[in-house]
Amino acid sequence: MDAHAGWFLEHAWIIPAITAGSFLTILFFGKRFSERITSGIGIFAVAACLVLSLGVATQWVQRTNHPPEVPHVETEVEHGTTTDQPASGVSEGEHAAALAPTAATATEDEEHHEVPPVVKSVNWFDFGGMKIEIGTLVDGLTAMMLVMVSTISLLVHIYSREYLRGDVRFTHYYAFLSLFTASMLFYVMGATTLQMLVGWELVGVCSYVLIGHWWEEKQNGDAALKAFLTNRVGDVGLLLGVIVLFFAAGQTFNVLEIDAYALSDGANQTLLLIGALLLFAGVTSKSGQFPLHTWLPDAMAGPTPVSALIHAATMVVAGVYLVARLYAVFFEGLNIGSNHINYVALIGGVTVLMGALLAFVQNDIKKVLAYSTISQLGYMVMALGVGAWTAGVFHLFTHAFFKAGLFLGAGSVSHAAHHTFDMREMGGLKKYMPSTFWTFMICTAALMGVFPLAGFWSKDEILAGGGVTHPGGGDYQLFIVVGVIGALLTATYMTRAIYLTFFGEYRGHGTPHESPRIMTWPLWVLAFGAVTLGFLNLPQAFQIDGVTEYATRFEHFVEPTFAFPIINHPEFNLGLALMSTTMAAVGIAAAWTYYTRATHPLKGLSRRQPFAFGYYALENKYGLDVLYTNYIVGGASGPVARASNWVNQNVIDGVVNAAGVIARTAAGGLYRGVDQGVVDGVVNGSGYLSDEGGEVLRHMQTGKVQQYAAILFAAAAVLAGVFVFVV
Amino acid sequence: MLINQFLFLGAILFCVGVYGVLARRNGVLVLMSIELILNSVNINLIAFGQLHQNVAGQVFALFIIAIAAAEVGVGLAIVMMLYRNRRSIDIDDVDLMKG
Repeated sequence: MDAHAGWFLEHAWIIPAITAGSFLTILFFGKRFSERITSGIGIFAVAACLVLSLGVATQWVQRTNHPPEVPHVETEVEHGTTTDQPASGVSEGEHAAALAPTAATATEDEEHHEVPPVVKSVNWFDFGGMKIEIGTLVDGLTAMMLVMVSTISLLVHIYSREYLRGDVRFTHYYAFLSLFTASMLFYVMGATTLQMLVGWELVGVCSYVLIGHWWEEKQNGDAALKAFLTNRVGDVGLLLGVIVLFFAAGQTFNVLEIDAYALSDGANQTLLLIGALLLFAGVTSKSGQFPLHTWLPDAMAGPTPVSALIHAATMVVAGVYLVARLYAVFFEGLNIGSNHINYVALIGGVTVLMGALLAFVQNDIKKVLAYSTISQLGYMVMALGVGAWTAGVFHLFTHAFFKAGLFLGAGSVSHAAHHTFDMREMGGLKKYMPSTFWTFMICTAALMGVFPLAGFWSKDEILAGGGVTHPGGGDYQLFIVVGVIGALLTATYMTRAIYLTFFGEYRGHGTPHESPRIMTWPLWVLAFGAVTLGFLNLPQAFQIDGVTEYATRFEHFVEPTFAFPIINHPEFNLGLALMSTTMAAVGIAAAWTYYTRATHPLKGLSRRQPFAFGYYALENKYGLDVLYTNYIVGGASGPVARASNWVNQNVIDGVVNAAGVIARTAAGGLYRGVDQGVVDGVVNGSGYLSDEGGEVLRHMQTGKVQQYAAILFAAAAVLAGVFVFVV
Repeated sequence: MLINQFLFLGAILFCVGVYGVLARRNGVLVLMSIELILNSVNINLIAFGQLHQNVAGQVFALFIIAIAAAEVGVGLAIVMMLYRNRRSIDIDDVDLMKG
């Protein structure tokens, strides 16, 4: 194990390269291929990615089980230069040395061993004596993201084969699906913040292109623009944050070095705080956090598989991944270890509740799911904010599966029910499409946190994480309450969505039918994931007779041990688990009886004060869209437009008119004075001058050689005299 | 080494040459006077070369001799053509280029 980190771990760069290759192939030759071949290329490429990603994960598990020997600082350095970072030179050795103090402190109190990430980097370019490197950083988090992204992407690729059959831009769609996969995989294995920034922007571009896939309808193009522009707002923060951290950590983009710097004693806390807040602006927009979440529901204008892949499972968690990857910066910058409330946790908590409430008033099934995604992303960010790193990342992992399953299920429903997403035109679909119904139910149960599905374990861990007291004395009891209320709301709005879609009488037209098998079996795969993946991180309390082999595996393999802050892990809390489950049950019962019984105490709630106002606020999405469009954009653009009109009328027109008048006057003067007088005068004068001058000088031209020679000698004599006497 | 005699000789030769170029009417004698000027330069070059123990002076003198040979060849050819056409080599008569 010492000699090599493993082929898959060292050659992780191949994974995004494959899908990048399929992107280029489909883009340039796709028009000549049939749909079958185009989609075949895409599916094959992603399948290859999945195989390689599984290889990476397997080798990472082996590496964690048999960690390379790194007991001392000296061997650490040697190790760093010889085996782990083969492409590196002296700089990598320094980097390992810089990390060594952190490594030493971490070994003291942790029972599990140091497992250094596998870093491979090459020189990208030199810039003013500064080496900018590009490389792959593979650790448990990366391996997990690789497997998750390629699995979901593969299923979406397969599903899209049927969903977009006969689409006008079928090749275009598959090309950008491939590019998106490549960018996302590139992003998650970025070894430098600069590289991550590139990946981040690339996935943003793909998101823009795919949301606007059916741009013939203006609404879709507008949604794409909104998504892109809202993300730009946060991206400015991200860019500035990268720059701040670059200078704070001693001119480096290297992720591990930045993390190590944040944990070192000499770290500048103010710079870390500024850097973390700026980065979080990017997280806010990309991961749909309050108040920059408004683009995500509109992004549902894109094809449904795109919503599943990009706007539920992968791209929107890029922000969460960023926080997880640069966790030391956030941890130290925001003092997560010693606080009771902080910006990240607060925004996450607000997003949980706000997104969940908004999901109640949507009639479009995809928008319900979109707000649900916002709410769940809030859970992840909140978990990271309260210091429950593993819980947040684990929820990211499980959520990707069941939420992608829900979106693909919604796509299947729409495919069957004549391309509508309006739940008022659905209903009673249970008996028409059993596969879709059952997978949707399983994924919903996972989302609600029903025992023992995936969502139960991950959500419960987040709740438990709020109750942990960190070594620094920080705890976040408040966020347990937020999480439990969130669980109640989630259960309620999902019951509403399920009831409106699958139960009651069919309200649409035509006869709905089950989707073809190529669309349903990805649903079953995702549903299977939604059932089983929670067991990857069984709490320690569930160990069987002291056998810890199968408990907290996810934590064991994914949580970094290198350049990572020391946090306490939550224990399983039966009371909390029971409470959240009860809340979910209450929510389900309330929503179910609301729709099934003729009279219900909650009926007409939305018309009663003060709830009517709340309903109004929700229907108008808290007025955030109005605020952004009319007041911020409109408020800025109105005066700007008026000012520019005034400038146009007075300044520019004045200048133009004045220029005309001046030009005419000047041209007249020019003609009389300059053209007639000066130019003609010069021409005539030069003719006259040469005429007269020639008359004078012709007498020197005697034609006598000796006279010329005399002049020559005289001139030479004068010149010699000048040299001798003057110079 | 005393350099004065050489410079003096060079100066005399140069003056004789200049006088010949300016005053003589015979074309051949004008050419010969030019040779005198060039040789006065040669004497100076060699004298200074010897003074500074530098071989460059002699090298330049050799170059000048070679170029002077070419120059006198062209000059004599012109004089020949002049004689053929005009039966005279008096350069005062050759003023066709008068302005």
